[in-house]
Amino acid sequence: MAALSTPLETVDEFREVEPAAVDLSVCEVRELNAALHARDVVEKAARWRVSSPDGRHNIAVGLDAGIEVEIDGHVGYYCAGMNKTASVTVHGNAGVGVAENMMSGTVRVRGNASQSAGATAHGGLLVVEGSAAARCGISMKGVDIVVGGDVGHMSAFMGQAGRLVICGDAGDALGDSLYEARIYLRGSVKSLGADCVEKEMRGEHLAELGELLAAAGMDADPAAFRRYGSARTLYNFSVDHASSY
Amino acid sequence: MNPALPPDPTLRESATFDRATIADIQRAAETGIYDIRGGGAKRRVPHFDDLLFLGASMSRYPLEGYRERCDTDVVLGDRNATYPLHLSTPVTIAGMSFGALSGRAKEALGRGASEVNTSTTTGDGGMTAEERGQSKHLVYQYLPSRYGMNPDDLRQADAIEVVLGQGAKPGGGGMLLGQKITERVAGMRTLPMGVDQRSACRHPDWTGPDDLEIKIRELREITDWEKPIYVKIGASRTYYDVKLAAKAGADVIVLDGMQGGTAATQDVFIEHVGIPTLAALPQAVQALQEEGLHRQVQLVVSGGIRNGADLAKCMALGADAVAIGTAALIALGDNSPSLDAEYRELGSAAGFYDDWQAGRDPAGITTQDDELAQRLDPVLGGRRLANFIRVMTMEAQIIARACGKAHLHHLEPEDLVALTIEAAAMARVPLAGTSWIPGQGL
Repeated sequence: MAALSTPLETVDEFREVEPAAVDLSVCEVRELNAALHARDVVEKAARWRVSSPDGRHNIAVGLDAGIEVEIDGHVGYYCAGMNKTASVTVHGNAGVGVAENMMSGTVRVRGNASQSAGATAHGGLLVVEGSAAARCGISMKGVDIVVGGDVGHMSAFMGQAGRLVICGDAGDALGDSLYEARIYLRGSVKSLGADCVEKEMRGEHLAELGELLAAAGMDADPAAFRRYGSARTLYNFSVDHASSY
Repeated sequence: MNPALPPDPTLRESATFDRATIADIQRAAETGIYDIRGGGAKRRVPHFDDLLFLGASMSRYPLEGYRERCDTDVVLGDRNATYPLHLSTPVTIAGMSFGALSGRAKEALGRGASEVNTSTTTGDGGMTAEERGQSKHLVYQYLPSRYGMNPDDLRQADAIEVVLGQGAKPGGGGMLLGQKITERVAGMRTLPMGVDQRSACRHPDWTGPDDLEIKIRELREITDWEKPIYVKIGASRTYYDVKLAAKAGADVIVLDGMQGGTAATQDVFIEHVGIPTLAALPQAVQALQEEGLHRQVQLVVSGGIRNGADLAKCMALGADAVAIGTAALIALGDNSPSLDAEYRELGSAAGFYDDWQAGRDPAGITTQDDELAQRLDPVLGGRRLANFIRVMTMEAQIIARACGKAHLHHLEPEDLVALTIEAAAMARVPLAGTSWIPGQGL
């Protein structure tokens, strides 16, 4: 494996004033991730700037430190996968599974996200400023996801916990087989999935939605949203429900 | 009187509508629901009992049984990982979840495996502290549900097993019925207590082998290329599945045949989907050989592995290791004759109990009931399991020495013959007493 590129070797020089710079056109994703996983990564540089991602996969996965990573361009699959604590911003579009299984921290996509954004994520905040494709928040387990635009079909499928906020429209089968995740939708929904129903928007929901929108930096009125959740009729199998699936 | 026989010899039982079939129809008509149970396929399928070893005589040179070495160690996952697993025996413990099994049962599996320096495996629902603490080598399953999946446990695992399916139900997801979703199980899986937990059959963020390659690299990146990555498949289109898994970058392929157990699956699924372990294993070996990856990508075989003979036959057909699940539970105390009266109270009997989904296991293994779980002593259970694995290993050594092999991995298909044409065709070894391998000409 090649040594780290010149920009990383100059980390100390820019420590306080400039983020550590990594150019993926001259070094490998493996080298970037290894540097970001280093035990002393915070001491080396609290801020990192990644250039030329060019759709590469697995950028900034498995982070476990209070660092900020900014990526200038489009990323491939699983960017910021299993993120803990770190703050990752993609100045571009994200491929499949951005922030999948995130535990904590913040991941922000300035552009659009491909399918399975925030899949199975347990915590933290995922913001997609553009639109997210199918299965956004699939099997979400506690993450908060705020999407500025639309989401594709089967979003929040089997969502167990957490909140999915959609400022635009939702595709087919929203919230199919939902457990306890909550969905807030401003636009229209093409169809609701099995066991997903519209629920009353009470004061506590307006309050938590307001907090989520503020945290995501979205300028939207919580009162313009509707809330969806599980009817909980499919929690235990009954032969009478066989046609619901 | 033998209860299997009709009371009157003039009565003739239908082979098509036998008593079990009649009872199934009657039960379905009465309840309106299919049967769910634990365990693997119960039907008779061609299996390792249909193979025999050719011991050495004039043309082969045996090893002295109690004097000469026959090694049993195996290294799993040395293709890419910094820290592959070095095991003393090729008998490993298959993935079984905390949730399906009690915490004490999982601890017992870890204790037993560690005593003989082999690996044990988590299941759907995450890693428990008891299991991690007692397991020298712990394989962490990465399942479609991702229940309890987190990067900390990923990093403290010794290997990662991406599960695509299991032999009892290739194409099916997980199931854990509400009676076993206790507060602790629910908490680990982020689910409401008491729900019927049906986990997904497909991974949520990848489809197909091209995506799997990227997913495997993600797992390597997260763990800094330290851990072996396994891929587990249920036996169905094994030749193609193994080729694709190996090309996607798997370090180890776990192949589970239809006799492999499940905690809870529909009986119709268990009995009618997937192929026998014996039929799948040679396909997997062929696929790896054609890719030039046999012995580089290790092959772990499971599904009905019961003794040292099965182990030796898997080795001879080209496996690197085996995994036991049902046999391990029996070693812990499942289906013990001492519990026969309690099994009968549940409508079953010792030797027949398969309601592992129900959570009322008198042996305290497949339950989340604290009182029942207390019945299993994890230290004693671990010792029983270690004993069983030692016996399996020694039995395989006895066979290997008789075939003149100084390591279990030196066993080869040439050491085997088949008792039936079906087994000969599946295992691709000659029918005993002939040189005929069906499908390969004379």
